[in-house]
Amino acid sequence: MATTKQSGVTRRRMLGDLLRTACGVGLFGFGLGLYARRAASLPAHALRPPGALTEEAFDGACIRCGLCVRDCPYDMLYLGRVGEDIPTGTPYFIARQRACEMCEDIPCVAACPTDALDHRLTDIADARMGLAVLVDQETCIAFQGLRCEVCYQVCPIKDQAITLDRQHNERSGKHALFIPVVHSDRCTGCGKCEEVCILEEAAIKVLPQHLAKGELGGHYRLGWEEKARSGGPLVSPDPEHQYHLPEGMEYDHAGAGLIRKPDGAPPSPANPPDTLDRN
Amino acid sequence: MSIRKKPLSPETQGWFRAHKWLLARRLSQLGVLALFLAGPVTGVWLAKGNLSGGLILDVLPLTDPFLLLQSILSGGLPVVSGIIGALIVLAFYALVGGRVFCSWVCPINPVTDLAAWLRRRLDLRATSALSRRLRYWLLGLALLFPPLTGVMVWEYLNPVSMLHRGLIFGMGWAWTLILALFLFDLLVAKRGWCGHLCPMGAFYGLIGSGALVRVSAARRDQCNDCMDCFAVCPEPQVIKPALKGAAQGRGPVILDRHCTNCGRCIDVCSQDVFRFATRLHNRADSHSGIV
Repeated sequence: MATTKQSGVTRRRMLGDLLRTACGVGLFGFGLGLYARRAASLPAHALRPPGALTEEAFDGACIRCGLCVRDCPYDMLYLGRVGEDIPTGTPYFIARQRACEMCEDIPCVAACPTDALDHRLTDIADARMGLAVLVDQETCIAFQGLRCEVCYQVCPIKDQAITLDRQHNERSGKHALFIPVVHSDRCTGCGKCEEVCILEEAAIKVLPQHLAKGELGGHYRLGWEEKARSGGPLVSPDPEHQYHLPEGMEYDHAGAGLIRKPDGAPPSPANPPDTLDRN
Repeated sequence: MSIRKKPLSPETQGWFRAHKWLLARRLSQLGVLALFLAGPVTGVWLAKGNLSGGLILDVLPLTDPFLLLQSILSGGLPVVSGIIGALIVLAFYALVGGRVFCSWVCPINPVTDLAAWLRRRLDLRATSALSRRLRYWLLGLALLFPPLTGVMVWEYLNPVSMLHRGLIFGMGWAWTLILALFLFDLLVAKRGWCGHLCPMGAFYGLIGSGALVRVSAARRDQCNDCMDCFAVCPEPQVIKPALKGAAQGRGPVILDRHCTNCGRCIDVCSQDVFRFATRLHNRADSHSGIV
């Protein structure tokens, strides 16, 4: 400690000490900050409990108390441990090991002493823990024409978050493929589909929203939607589409396709090039 | 006056009397840990969570104000239970002494106490000259990070919350940090962590700046300058103004906020100089102040 002596040397030493400390602490802080930046990133296979803020806001708000972990009736939440690639002390779950059961009273959110888990979340169907993506169509057996549909059956928002899209089975020529399709406006990211996927490595995975979800440019307009919204064509006049078809034929758009008029000429005239000689 | 390896009081007063506050503290530390461990180990949920935030008997919320402050500074909003929990904790430590957390609750305390005990026993005197004000620099750093980065940066290093959480929720590699801390205290700097660096201790010290419960050198006229209290005290600089301040007209109560109210000085004094008292009994000529 500097004495109260009015000597310039003492003041100089004090100032020097202060600067030295500031530099040391600053350097230490710089290193710690860099480390924390890396340590604070959540890997894609780990999901946050329902109601979690965006990852950046969550890391700042969560006080790492583990009350959400304790109040989960299914014990599927964990706190990140030192050395794991999960931000230390923060809650997460691994969908493939144990998915969120989507309790109606959302006890994990109720237990949170901060708003790291957003207390405005009152309907668990509004949770967005991630988004299910059928990441591998080559191994999903629905694409082989086999009836699996386990992800579809187990989905808690059944027939809405995952629907089955019927497609023609090219291989057999006479069967249908029942393709699971995820709808992002209903999927909560609970991870049930990933947990139960029958493959060795799940073909459907829940990914963080920012990895799984695309976003159309804000300026983009879909013509048919705009037309429906305004109740009429936006470009006027809206000309009827003209087809140059062989004589005696008509075309049914989005229907049967090319069809012969009931009273039309035969599809193949005696001299086919004649059909081109029209005005 | 040289510092003894072992205090004299166990011989003059008997082992139990010379360790009563130490035993009480160890019981308190173990009790707090048992409270939180009872649930996961035996299924009897006395307390949920950990020291950062907990719920006692499903009704009483307790929140660490240091953690909550970092959360608020990084833009997080506390909810009612979190705020109430923090206010209860603040009120408690403001009354009994902020650093009561350090010596009676914190799980790091037994670790650094062990290092200090070994230092005395093995007569390890070499120590780095760290400033005891470094903790305020680190406190500033810990509180500056959240608003600047939005991340609770200190919690990636904080051994206090890490050890307690680790004991209850799973340790991972946190034990390496605790071991490093122990070796630092043992070999690099005497009372290095708790007495010089820990920003959490600095924070709790500030909370308890005006605490009612304090240690008083009530019978300071009996002091025989044996230095046992200085040897054992984690913050020895706090003793002198009270113990030796009679000539300057200072009262016998240790008012320095860095005093952890651990009571070790009471235990080791063979002359019964110290006792717990309130800060109100601090008249310079006072010999009372006895609780």
